[in-house]
Order: sequence, then C-alpha cells, then structure tokens
Amino acid sequence: MTPVPPAAATAQPWAVELVGIDKRFGPVHANRDVHLQIAAGSIHGLVGENGAGKSTLMSILYGFYQADAGEIRVRGEPVRIKGPQDAIALGIGMVHQHFMLVETFTVLENLLLGHEGGAVLGPARARARRNVEELERDFGLEVPLDAVVADLPVGVQQRVEILKALYRGAEVLILDEPTAVLSPPEAQQLFRILDRLRSQGRTVLLITHKLKEIMAITDHVSVLRQGQVVAGFATADTNEQELADAMVGRKAVLTLDKAPARPGAAVLTVDGVTVTDAQGIDRLQDARFQVRAGEIVGIAGVAGNGQSELLEVLAGMLPFSHGTLTLKDQPIGPGDGYDAAGARRRGVAHVPEDRLKLAVVKAFPAYQSAILGYQDDRAFSPGWRLDWKRVVARTAALMERFDVRPRNPLLKSSLFSGGNQQKLVMAREIEREPDLLLVGQPTRGVDIGAIAFIHRELVALRDRGKAILLVSAELEEILALSDRILVMCGGRIVGELLAAEATEGRIGRMMAGISGDGAAQAPAGADA
Amino acid sequence: MDGLIWILSLLDSMVRLAAPLFLAALAGFYSERAGVIALDLEGKMLAGAFAAAATAAVTGSAWLGLGAAVIAAMAMSLLHGFASITHRGDQVVSAVAINTIALGLTAVLANAWFGLGGRTPNLEAGARFGEITLPLAETLRPLPLLGPLYAEVISGHNILVYIAAVLAPLSAWIAYRSRFGLRLRAVGENPAAVDTAGISVPALRYQAVLISGFLCGIAGAYLSTAQGAGFQQNMTAGKGYLALAALILGKWRPLPTLAACLLFAFADALQTRLQGVAVPGIGEVPVQLIEALPYVLTVLLLAGFVGRAVPPKAVGTPYVKDR
Repeated sequence: MTPVPPAAATAQPWAVELVGIDKRFGPVHANRDVHLQIAAGSIHGLVGENGAGKSTLMSILYGFYQADAGEIRVRGEPVRIKGPQDAIALGIGMVHQHFMLVETFTVLENLLLGHEGGAVLGPARARARRNVEELERDFGLEVPLDAVVADLPVGVQQRVEILKALYRGAEVLILDEPTAVLSPPEAQQLFRILDRLRSQGRTVLLITHKLKEIMAITDHVSVLRQGQVVAGFATADTNEQELADAMVGRKAVLTLDKAPARPGAAVLTVDGVTVTDAQGIDRLQDARFQVRAGEIVGIAGVAGNGQSELLEVLAGMLPFSHGTLTLKDQPIGPGDGYDAAGARRRGVAHVPEDRLKLAVVKAFPAYQSAILGYQDDRAFSPGWRLDWKRVVARTAALMERFDVRPRNPLLKSSLFSGGNQQKLVMAREIEREPDLLLVGQPTRGVDIGAIAFIHRELVALRDRGKAILLVSAELEEILALSDRILVMCGGRIVGELLAAEATEGRIGRMMAGISGDGAAQAPAGADA
Repeated sequence: MDGLIWILSLLDSMVRLAAPLFLAALAGFYSERAGVIALDLEGKMLAGAFAAAATAAVTGSAWLGLGAAVIAAMAMSLLHGFASITHRGDQVVSAVAINTIALGLTAVLANAWFGLGGRTPNLEAGARFGEITLPLAETLRPLPLLGPLYAEVISGHNILVYIAAVLAPLSAWIAYRSRFGLRLRAVGENPAAVDTAGISVPALRYQAVLISGFLCGIAGAYLSTAQGAGFQQNMTAGKGYLALAALILGKWRPLPTLAACLLFAFADALQTRLQGVAVPGIGEVPVQLIEALPYVLTVLLLAGFVGRAVPPKAVGTPYVKDR
C-alpha cells in the first residue's frame, strides 16, 4: 500500500500534485493546464478572484467534476477520482462553503453518514463515538456529539464538517472560503485548529480571497487567474500587494483615499424599529440610529444577525412591527404602507445584498435591468409606453460613466461578470443622486479592480453630500469606507464606533457578542 | 354484554380498515423521507388492486395476485422515479399523472379483459386472503376482557393485516437503527450531504420509491383480494390521499403514522355504525354528515390540532449537483 516515490523525487512525494488539469464548461474555460504541488504537512493557500477557477479545481480534486485533461497524483501515485467516494478513500476531505450537514441529525449521525461501518447502527455508533472523541482530543475540536446540528452556531457546525472529514480519514483537507461565515474570533479559533492539523502532519488546502488570512496562516500560496496558475510563492517571501497584483494581472489598488466626512443634517432617523417574523422571533430588535448627509455609516456583523432585515425594512421591502423611521423629517410608522416604490419617491436608493435575486433580472438585456425600479420615470415613457430607444441610449451613457464592460446595453444581464453587473446596479441607483443610498454587500463576487472603482464611487457620492448606509460582511470593507460603524449581533445594534477608534479586533469582539467593550452600550441616536 | 360486543366489533372493523391505509402511509413514508413526493399513492394502490384481482381471477391464487400487485405498483413507482429523479421533473405533476393513468387504465383494461363494465369477476374464497385464527384464540376466549379482545380483535384477520402490523416496528427500526434508514432520512433532508459523503443520491431515491411501490402493491391487493372480492372502478376512493394525510399527521414517523391510521380507521368504522342510529337529544343524523366524519376529522387534525408538521426539507426538490 505504501506509495513508491517517483524515481526523480529524493524527498517525500507531494501530498497532492495536479498535472496539467484542464476543464471546460461549454464556452467557459474554467481551468487551463493547471500545475499545482502541495507539500505534505503544510497549509497551502489558493487565491484568485471570483471565477478564477479555484472552486472548479478543488471540485475536480474532490471528484465532483472530471477533468477534461491532466492527471492527479496523491502521495506520488497517479489516481483517478471519479466521485467523492474515491476522494474520501484516498484521504481527501472537503469542507464546503455551504455546509454539507443534515440539520435535523445529531452531530454523531452526520459523522456516521456514508461511513457507518455496518448495516446496523447500534454497535457502529458506539465505535464511532470512541474514535471521534479521540479525534476531538487530538485536534482540539470541541463538538457536542449528541447535539442536533441545527441548534449549533455556525462556527461549531464548521468544526463538525472538519471533524467529519477527519473521521473519514482525511489526510488532505480542502477548505473553501471557510471564514466567510465566521466572526473574527471564530476565524481565529479555526486557524488554531488548522495549525494543529499541520503540526500533526495533515495537509490543508485553503481557498480564500482574503489576503490577510493567506499571510497569517499559509506556508505556500498559489494564485489563480482566468483558470491558470499565474504565480506561486512561499508565503514568507511575498506580501499582500504582490498577491493582489498577481490576482488581477496588473497593479492593484488596495488603499482608498478618503477625506474626513463633513456630516450635515440627519437624513434618516431610525427609532426603536423592530421586525418580528412569523415564528414570533425578533429578527431586528429596537434599532436606533441616525444617518446624516455626507457620511457613510457601516453596519458590521456576522451574516444573519439582522443586517439584512434592517436593510430591507429601510428599502420598504419588509414591514416592521414597532418603531418609527424618519426620512427627511417625515415620520413613517409600521402601518403607513411604506414600500419600495415609496422609498424611491422619498429619495432612497437601494443596492440589494443579493444582486441576482433582487437587483437584476438575469434574462433581461442590460438596458432593461438598468431601469428596474425606475420604469415609471417620465423620461423613459413620455406617452403610455416605454421609449426603448431612450432607455438604450441612457444605459449606454451609464455604462460609459461607470465603466461597465462590455459596453453593450443589448447584452443579456446574466452574461456580464459579477463586477460588471454590480457596476450597472450601482450606476442605476447612484445616477438618481439619492438622498440616502442603502448598499448591501457592494463588492460580493466582484473582482479587485471593480472593488476599487465601486469604493471610489461610494466615497464620491458621500462627498456630494449624500447619506450612505453600508452593510457588508467584509470587515475590511466596513473599515475602509465607513465614517461611523454600527455593530449588530442577534438582531440588535450592540455597539457604535467612530472610524478612527475602530479596529478589527474591537469590532470582531462585538460581532461575536462578547461585551465588556465600553462602546457596546452606545446611547440611542448617538451624537445626533 | 351487548355493549362489549359492539365495541369489540367496532375495534375489529378499525383494524381491518386501518391495515391498507397504514400500508399506503408507510409507502409514503419511504418515498417522502427520501425526498420524493408521494402524491402517487392513490394511483399505485389502484394499480395494485387491479393487478391483484385480475391475476387472482385468472390463476385462482391470491399469492400470485399479490405478486402481480407488487410488480404493477413498483412499475408505477419507477415511472414516478424516472420522471422526478432521473429527469428532475415536477413531482406533483408526475404523481398526479400516475393517479390519472391508473384510474383510466385499470377501468379500461378491466373492461377489455373481463367485459364486466370495469370490474373483475368475483373471486372465489381460494383466490382471496382468508381469515386466520391465531393459536389459542378459542382457548383464551373465556378470559375476562383480554380473551374476547384477543379472539375478536387481534385474531381472525387475513395475513396482510399481520404483515402490516409487523411492518410498523420494523420500519421504525429501519429508519432509526439501520444504515439504510440513516441514509434515507439524510437524502430527504439534504441530498448534497449524502452526495458529498460518496453515496449516490439517485440510487438511494430509486430504492425508496421501489419500496414505496412494493408497499402500495400490498395495500392494493388488500383492497381487492382480502377486504373485497374483486376489483371495482376507483375502488381506492381517496384512500391514498387519506394515507398521505395520516403520514403528515404522524409527522413522517412510522409509529405515530400507525396511530393516525388507526384513528382514521376508527372514525370510519364508527361512521358505518352510526348510520341510521338516533343520537340522544339530536335525533337521527343524516347519513351524508356521518359519512363525512373521517374527512372532517382529517381536516381538523391537519389544521393544527397536532402542532406544526415539518416535512423532510428536500421533499419535492430534484437534486441537481450545483457547485
């Protein structure tokens, strides 16, 4: 069973070696002649922009897809991986970005699934429990085995996924964007676990787009661009700027120039707004804050802590049960029929978090997506029908101004890249010169070049005296853009910080719901 | 003593009526737990009833009839599986189509083969499942209460009733204590988790719908060759849907589903006995109202008397490998 090292190799063979992997999906060339060597017992980072082919490559390694060409070698041996069961048998485990857990099962049942060790569960269950407890001790993974997965916090669910891979005998562990759903303290804990795995000789492949994480934890890093490996470094020999440049293929702008804010009058006052869902749970609880003209207020928080509800309430998409919104001195109560059209009439523009669900219609040509929400504007419909020629001309101008590529208003919305779709949505909303712009995840799935552009446009809008409320899961983005930061946890605003006093650590603790930070008890409508 | 006999015969009826309902509900259990909507129980049961009666009529063997019923219902299951698992079609549409096909086809074939206007010939005793007297039934009868209960209610049913009775704990055991059950429950909740664990989602779902067809076949055979003595047009008369209601009421768990079936059967048995009986203080209740009793009960119970029933999360959604 011991793999024989290839004659050329003097030291131990690579844990995993990808040789000339090539994969196409129709016209999309997802991976081109990818060569990658992963040293055993190391943490190897894989970075690249969205659509660079990272996930496809890892899916090929885990057997989800078959490569069109190329070879995979595991511990020096050429192998064929036809499905996840082959990958598992070869000691490759994967922790997916969206967890592959059965939520109604206990942790132990999830671990057993596919690895039951017999047709009858009873004895297998007892054996598994002993083995798993041993693994937990070895790797410092604390997980309650008899808890139902749905009741566990996201960070613990992720540990279940890691434990599951280890229980199935993973020597090589692939993690796909593991920190996307974690609060900073949870991410720290994850890194401690990864470190422990490395020290016990396991190999970790870490897919991420967060360069800070690459620098913090990996030994080696490979950069993917347009399906190709364009660079590889020992992490100690590189830096964030070099990696970012390699990712985009030119000089990347990582810093944002921004003058101090000069806030004016309050545009939005939120006073005790509460949203209760059908189960009677408060999704948003007693929110109180203000957004003033000429400032960007950032909302930080781990996904699912009420930010989305807040944004949707303000955009008129979700009714609230208590409290008052005051928009430009006009109070709005729960029963006042505030809706999305009403929000637009009051000068509120909205860039939703979920672009493809809420901001564009994928099947529409760009010029139709570019007027969604403003289709009743007299500029487009002088008579009783829409004047498409005008709409197309207008869209062409928007594309020019916001650098949307390709500059073709007739092209179907789904055929633009994420970044260009987002620029089109931004263009549509910003062009109206709204008094208040609500922005959710402005750079999710957006490439580095477009990120810098979108950030500059947001700051420019602020400098024109408009109010901006920004919700983002990317803490770096919140820190870079915001003049004031509100932190949400469990549906409540748990803290407020000025940009100058905000640090990742401080916000991170608040996001995790760890109080004790003085700013956590910010008074309602502070510094109005 | 009259009262006791009345109650015992009521319970005896309940058991007879519950058996096919429970077999169908259990068929629904396997299908829905695997994530495939079991709205096709009605059609599969009907196909089974016809195949059983037709085969038994020709061969004179109830067991061959049962075999044919199982094959016919499993064929229907394969059709549902082919549409909804392999081709990821809409499962409701597929199931309703199966019900429609079964309703039409059984009547047409019955008429074409036997020329009795959509019926099959009446079955002789040998071509039906007869009653079985359990050991010691007569010996124990003199015992107070338990004796008559054993002799009247427990003993004296056909073999399919006992099969159904054994299947209840067996299915509970399979669901919660076996590898197959673990995978079955997983694939109905999160097929992606099953796939990434290296188990084939389609294979598992096909197994589940085949088991569902098998059980529906028994339920159908029960109607035409055990309870009745031949096939009649649309003889399931909504029992497949009632079985689905029992499954929901039982929250997709075998033993609570059995309880729900017994409850429905009890209401049905009571209903036939209340027809024409004058209720003190009210007088004679119209037959139609009494016949509606089991259905009123169903609606009331499903409307929230039993708390929220959470279906398997992936039920009705075809699994598409989406990375």
